[in-house]
Amino acid sequence: MFPFSFEWAWDMAHYVFLGGMWYAIGIISAGLSYCIGKALLDTVAGKGHDHGGDHH
Amino acid sequence: MDSALLPKGVKRCSFPQFSIGILIVGAVLLWGVYAMLLCWFKGLNQTGMNDSYGFALWIWADLAVIALGGGAFFTGLLKYIIGKDELKNIINFAVVIGFICYSSALLILAIDVGQPLRSWFIFWHVNVHSMLAEVAFCLSIYFSVLAIEFVPLLLENRKLDEVPFFHNLAHNMHEVMAVFAATGAFLSCFHQGSLGGVAGVLFGRPFAFREHLLVWPWTFFLFTWSAAAYGPCFTILLTKITEGITRKKLVKDNVVDLLAKISGWMIASYMVAKLIDTWYWATVTAPSRGLTFMQFYSDGNGLYTLWIIVAELVVGGILPALILTNKTLRANKSMLLLAVILACIGVCINRWVMVLQVMAHPVLPFEEWFAYMPSWQEVATTILPVAYGVILASLAYRYLPVFPQERELNPVNG
Repeated sequence: MFPFSFEWAWDMAHYVFLGGMWYAIGIISAGLSYCIGKALLDTVAGKGHDHGGDHH
Repeated sequence: MDSALLPKGVKRCSFPQFSIGILIVGAVLLWGVYAMLLCWFKGLNQTGMNDSYGFALWIWADLAVIALGGGAFFTGLLKYIIGKDELKNIINFAVVIGFICYSSALLILAIDVGQPLRSWFIFWHVNVHSMLAEVAFCLSIYFSVLAIEFVPLLLENRKLDEVPFFHNLAHNMHEVMAVFAATGAFLSCFHQGSLGGVAGVLFGRPFAFREHLLVWPWTFFLFTWSAAAYGPCFTILLTKITEGITRKKLVKDNVVDLLAKISGWMIASYMVAKLIDTWYWATVTAPSRGLTFMQFYSDGNGLYTLWIIVAELVVGGILPALILTNKTLRANKSMLLLAVILACIGVCINRWVMVLQVMAHPVLPFEEWFAYMPSWQEVATTILPVAYGVILASLAYRYLPVFPQERELNPVNG
């Protein structure tokens, strides 16, 4: 999983498999961080204190 | 008692009535938890598995719930990526079902691995050539995607939604949900496929072995396609069951009709591919390994005879495809219900034969068919996720706005 794991090898299989995995984790983390960060900023800006409750 | 937590403008049963229902299902859950603890503390000798059956009831249950839970990723794909906006009225429930199915699959795997404390080894010391490693990675990451898709629904609980940060967070998550849905579809394609790939690469098991496209056997593509095709049928089936229990209409007919129609055409196209695959396997692949088609369906106990392939392909495949692709038949409520039930049974039989018939069929000339009987512990731990699912779905329905059309379809007087 990490280059410092003893069975790690710098080969195509590791690039493709773990590249795909870290790519997916990266997108999910970035998306989640964006949502949390923007929610914090919105809350500080006073948004959401008076809402209709419809998110769709 | 809990009225402050209930969604606005909808009617729910009384809290004592709800609690009694949860307690009854909770007793079944506790039975499963007891069996689970036996498996963890005493080991896999509590199961009916043996040298012939390294994969058994648990793996079938895993594959079945993952296929049935495929409605979440496929409905998400249709709604957020392809733009079928009507499906916003059923996507919440699809996500709840997906979350239950995938958490159940992970729970079953946690029991099956025997030593759950070492389950992190599959991540840390990954074998990149293993189909199961791909399954473990995609399954666990996709489960986190489902959890992320579930969070906004949780935050829409009446009380939580009053907190400005939670309201803003739910709002922002809805805005970027397409990104999560696309990632979920990507991950789902690979773990659904790899589950099929596990069977297809077994060149020592001619019942399962299939020809390949690069490193992927045909079963890889068939499993992904079937999960996308049959998963929405499970979503529709559970919606109908929920409507029956609550005696309410929760989703408009046009929404169910759209999902059923897409599912029907997906099943129809899957059946074409599956029939070609079966024909090629029966006439080319298996004979090339010295076996005839009928040798795979000659179980003396009668379990694995021709009836099972007819049940899987005709009753659980062609028949629901014919019903769901026909507008008139699909509009008939009884026929629709029949079709989704048959479809769910069909995909479960497919996963059964790809796990258990593979193990049952003898691979050496002097061997007989191998028999397997699950222990009560295996049965209890397989029923455990069902009880857990009923409880979680009940809680979600009671406290969260799972069905956006419920208020409109069931106006509360006064």
